[in-house]
Amino acid sequence: MTTRLRARELTLSYGERVVSTKLSLDVPDGAFTAIVGPNACGKSTLLRAFVRLLRPAAGTVSLDDQQIAAYGSKALARSVGFLPQDPLAPDDIKVRQLVARGRFPHQSLLSMWSQEDEEAVTEAMETAGVSELADRPVQELSGGQRQRAWVAMVLAQRTPYLLLDEPTSFLDITHQYRLLTLLARLRDEGRTVVAVLHDINQACRFADHLVAMKEGRIIAEGAAADIVDAALLKEVFDLPCVVVPDPVTETPMVVPTHFDDP
Amino acid sequence: MSALVLRAGRRSFRVERRTLWLSAILLGTILALGFVGLCYGGATWASPGEVLAALTGAADSVVIVEWRLPRVVAAMVFGCALGAAGAIFQTLTRNPLGSPDVIGLDAGAYTGALFAFTVLAGTSGQLAVSSVLGGLLVAALIYLLSLSNGLSGLRLVVIGIAVNAMLQALNSWIVLRADLEVAMAAGAWNAGSLNGVDWADLVLPLPILAGLLATLLVWFRPIQQSTLGDAVAATTGVGLDRLRLMMVLIGVGCTATVTAVAGPIAFIALAAPQIGRRLARTPGVALLPAALTGAVLLLTADLLAQMLLSPESLPVGVVTTAIGGCYLIWLLTQEVRRR
Ligand SMILES: Nc1ncnc2c1ncn2[C@@H]1O[C@H](COP(=O)(O)OP(=O)(O)O)[C@@H](O)[C@H]1O
Ligand SMILES: [Mg+2]
Repeated sequence: MTTRLRARELTLSYGERVVSTKLSLDVPDGAFTAIVGPNACGKSTLLRAFVRLLRPAAGTVSLDDQQIAAYGSKALARSVGFLPQDPLAPDDIKVRQLVARGRFPHQSLLSMWSQEDEEAVTEAMETAGVSELADRPVQELSGGQRQRAWVAMVLAQRTPYLLLDEPTSFLDITHQYRLLTLLARLRDEGRTVVAVLHDINQACRFADHLVAMKEGRIIAEGAAADIVDAALLKEVFDLPCVVVPDPVTETPMVVPTHFDDP
Repeated sequence: MSALVLRAGRRSFRVERRTLWLSAILLGTILALGFVGLCYGGATWASPGEVLAALTGAADSVVIVEWRLPRVVAAMVFGCALGAAGAIFQTLTRNPLGSPDVIGLDAGAYTGALFAFTVLAGTSGQLAVSSVLGGLLVAALIYLLSLSNGLSGLRLVVIGIAVNAMLQALNSWIVLRADLEVAMAAGAWNAGSLNGVDWADLVLPLPILAGLLATLLVWFRPIQQSTLGDAVAATTGVGLDRLRLMMVLIGVGCTATVTAVAGPIAFIALAAPQIGRRLARTPGVALLPAALTGAVLLLTADLLAQMLLSPESLPVGVVTTAIGGCYLIWLLTQEVRRR
């Protein structure tokens, strides 16, 4: 397993509030990594550190053995794409225009709209399934359609690394599976995908590498089949459950039982 | 396609068709209004033929070339600068109320200018420098006061309105304490006026504003990209810290340079970006439409200022403040209702 994107001994905090200390994570290259954990355990915070939205109080994030702090803004944006949890589109923007904004790191004053920009936008809209919505205002879309428009924007960025914070929220179950299948396909095409996911069963099914977090720490990481059992679920989520093989994929499937204290 | 793309080798240039059309129409309106401005002045009309003759040099006319032309050019360029400054600050604060005239940058620049007037010799160089410094100081002050809530939001605007009120009081106090002569000049100028602007007044401001507006064009794309919100803007390659600094410097530079020559002219910076955006229907910032709308508004207001009580000529700031006050009240009620 090779890694190029690494976090080493991170201390992550918002002012006085420390979320994580001594947090290290090697993102396996060309793989689909899923981060799971209870609310407010620091998943988004970790992702934000990976894309330089949050400067670590200590420790480093590096890409290809170079600290990401040393990258130029556009250079980093050509390598690492990021979709935040709740992105906000400007008023009146149409889907095609939003997707086109993903091309920004590839453009300059003298090259505002190349042939490649055009192709990347068309392809990204097709891949994310929003081609038919191209001329609709983003504001007027349903939550799920909007989410897919944003995914298309990040795809248009054509980065080898894709980091997505809860990309499946707001999607109905079919679109959740479609999106995860799409991410798996991108992984097959050679991209590295990191996603914060809420549904542990989906994470087990799609991720090559599962990272379970609690209170700012990584409790376990590895292939789902190796790490997911009732004990882990008890520790991370405080959830009484049994773990059975998924009837379709044989990956671990978590089935909650009853709480002792109802 | 709604956008026009021109390509030459590796170079490519892209502009929205609607923006292009709108800009052409606005430019035509500006030229037409400018022409009317050359025809009219001091309660007398010159015929279009006379104006053309004066412009082409076929006939000598001090009134048209030395009096009216600089005033018209000033209204055009200052209007553009104010409209652009408004668009910059409204984008920066993510609030239609966050424009320089509302949050006290005009008043701050004016304090700086009064300082140059009363304490220093009041040369045009000193005026320009100290009004820019005044504007920057106020920007820094508002920024520090609203730091806990970030740059955006109503909080910054409310603080700005309070700072604006305090600075207005300070400015009145300075004028009251100053010598009568200085006070009279400053008082007329406080209302924002293009009365008596001549070429000599414009030698310094015109190139400065041209430079600032050209710099703005270079930064337009990152500014546009920044409307996607901090997270997405940063992760798509916008260096936000540097961009914000540039935006503040350009915005304050435009506002202060205009204020140094004409005094505070309210309303243009507030209204032009909103009108421009609605006309252009582009998402995010419509910088060019905002600038051109600013010029249309200021030219119109200046014509009104000369005609309303003719032969007396009102300061254009009085006209814009009167109209702008109504607009501001409407905007505030909208803004409060939105929360
Ligand atoms: N901007 C912020 N300022 C202060 N505290 C924050 C901020 N963002 C997140 N936190 C806190 O950091 C902790 C981790 O948050 P987050 O990483 O968003 O959790 P998750 O994504 O796992 O739900 C939470 O306790 C949250 O309250
Ligand atoms: Mg989160």
